[in-house]
Amino acid sequence: MMLLAFGVVPTAYALYLSFTEAGKPWHWVGLGNFLKTGRDFRFLPAFEHIAIYLVFWLVMLVVVVLFLALMLHGGVRRLVPAFRFLFYLPGALAGSASVVVWAFMLDPQLSPWHFALSSIFHFSVFAQVIAPGHLPVVFAVIAFWTGAGGWIVVMNGALNNISDEIIDSAKIDGANAMQLAFRVKLPLIKKWVVYMLILAFAAGTQLIVEPILIGSASLGMVSPFWSPNQLAYYLAAYDDNFNYAAAISVDLLFVGLVAAALLVFRGKLFELE
Amino acid sequence: MSQVVAKPAAGHTAAHAPVVRARGWGRQPRPLASRRVVTRLAWFVVMLAFAAFFVVPLIWLLIAPTKTDHQLVFEGSLTFGSFHSFLHSWDALYSFQAHELLRWLENSAEYSAGGVLLALGCAVPAGYGLALTEFAGRKVLLSVTLLVMIMPFSALVLPLFLEMNLAHLDNTAWSVVLPFGFFPFGVYLCYIFFSSTIPKELLAAARVDGASEWDVFRWIALPLARPVVALVGFFAFVSDWTNFFLPYVMFANDRQYPLPVGLEYLISSASAFNPVAGANSPILRPELAMAALVAIAPVFIVFLFAQRALVTGMLAGATKE
Repeated sequence: MMLLAFGVVPTAYALYLSFTEAGKPWHWVGLGNFLKTGRDFRFLPAFEHIAIYLVFWLVMLVVVVLFLALMLHGGVRRLVPAFRFLFYLPGALAGSASVVVWAFMLDPQLSPWHFALSSIFHFSVFAQVIAPGHLPVVFAVIAFWTGAGGWIVVMNGALNNISDEIIDSAKIDGANAMQLAFRVKLPLIKKWVVYMLILAFAAGTQLIVEPILIGSASLGMVSPFWSPNQLAYYLAAYDDNFNYAAAISVDLLFVGLVAAALLVFRGKLFELE
Repeated sequence: MSQVVAKPAAGHTAAHAPVVRARGWGRQPRPLASRRVVTRLAWFVVMLAFAAFFVVPLIWLLIAPTKTDHQLVFEGSLTFGSFHSFLHSWDALYSFQAHELLRWLENSAEYSAGGVLLALGCAVPAGYGLALTEFAGRKVLLSVTLLVMIMPFSALVLPLFLEMNLAHLDNTAWSVVLPFGFFPFGVYLCYIFFSSTIPKELLAAARVDGASEWDVFRWIALPLARPVVALVGFFAFVSDWTNFFLPYVMFANDRQYPLPVGLEYLISSASAFNPVAGANSPILRPELAMAALVAIAPVFIVFLFAQRALVTGMLAGATKE
């Protein structure tokens, strides 16, 4: 039970800091910190970045994960475990190692895909690949590479839970493979897709490792306040403004909590009894 | 039973092909069989393309340390260099800043071990309590556990930093070990395990026989919980070992970094990505690739051996229908 100390106490303290002014304990400033950080010139761009990133990341996740999971489920049985494992393998590189790998992969000089990078996209140096406009896509690809496999496994598991009778009767009714996938299987795993979307959304808003590492690898081509989490860290570590940092982390915490609450209380996925 | 999913890639003729079952339909007309081969082949090619997307970067990472920085740029990207270069990369990395790599490895091991032990020490009794005992506020506590389980951990990192700063624990190992001990996913896994596998009657019987609450937990529940202890320990280890943001925020001194943060240090301080400024640096790209390999090796090994546990765990995160 004492576990909650590390969830509830920091939250409460961050809330306290976000509503008070620096150097004046218990001096309430209401929403002042939120308004000030909201007007900070770095605030809107950071949330804009994250929004664009989220669009790419979530679309990529839903489309490709579902496509691959359905392909696996309808595919050649003997090969399914092998492919599922291969898709899943990059998950072992969660965190900074995956970004290091992708810093290499996206450098046209080094990449095994230099052909694609140079002839399709006409990139010749790393700096072009990570031009500011490309960053949301770049980060989404990196996150996808490590994270997609796990979700493919989950979706595959959900598909395997569909009873054979349902699929057989659909076939007897004359459904072809496409109809089977889109009209029968997909609606039956809808719940899991929503689950994935909410979790991925909540995690995506916290984006931090990718911009930090790509920023270091490119000698500062990524702004140190590219994502909201980075901005909050920057405010705490370099500007020494804990109250502003707390305000932004409360913003983010709020988004994460809302997403979690949606799932727990509306999703009916978890057993509370 | 082998079914074939028709894909757009196979053209619209394939999409109209009836799904054929290997047995049960008797003899099949020949054109149908050959069409089946085509769809299977197309399936295989598409899957292979995606597998390449996922696996080629890993292969590249494995062979990168066998080359010199020069070879990385000017030779084919998936060719093997030499064992000599591999040793050279290792030496350069290993001797970097007085064996700092070892230091990072030790730190990683220390923080993860501490985190895992603490997480287990909290999650198992907590899951047990939530599942098998009655107390006021049980349902609220369970809901909060679920909430914080789904909420991404990194949302708590900055609040935690502020808290540790207040307690003057930042820059100490405690600042990461204590939060690592906070592992709501583990609590939930334990809760699911205890509530689904251990009948309350068993515990009640022991109490009737005069066992204290502690005895019941220690001598009945705990020995039965061995599988879930392994599962939670495994997940806690993977998440602690790969965690970047928390130690990145907590530590100001690079001697205290765990490996994932050490990687960032290598990139930014040793200019691994800047061959011009870093020309004299011992850490170039092959060394960096080597460092990444060292960082992922423990998790990777665990992955290979515990594949099945991982899959069960991911599905146990939520209940089945």
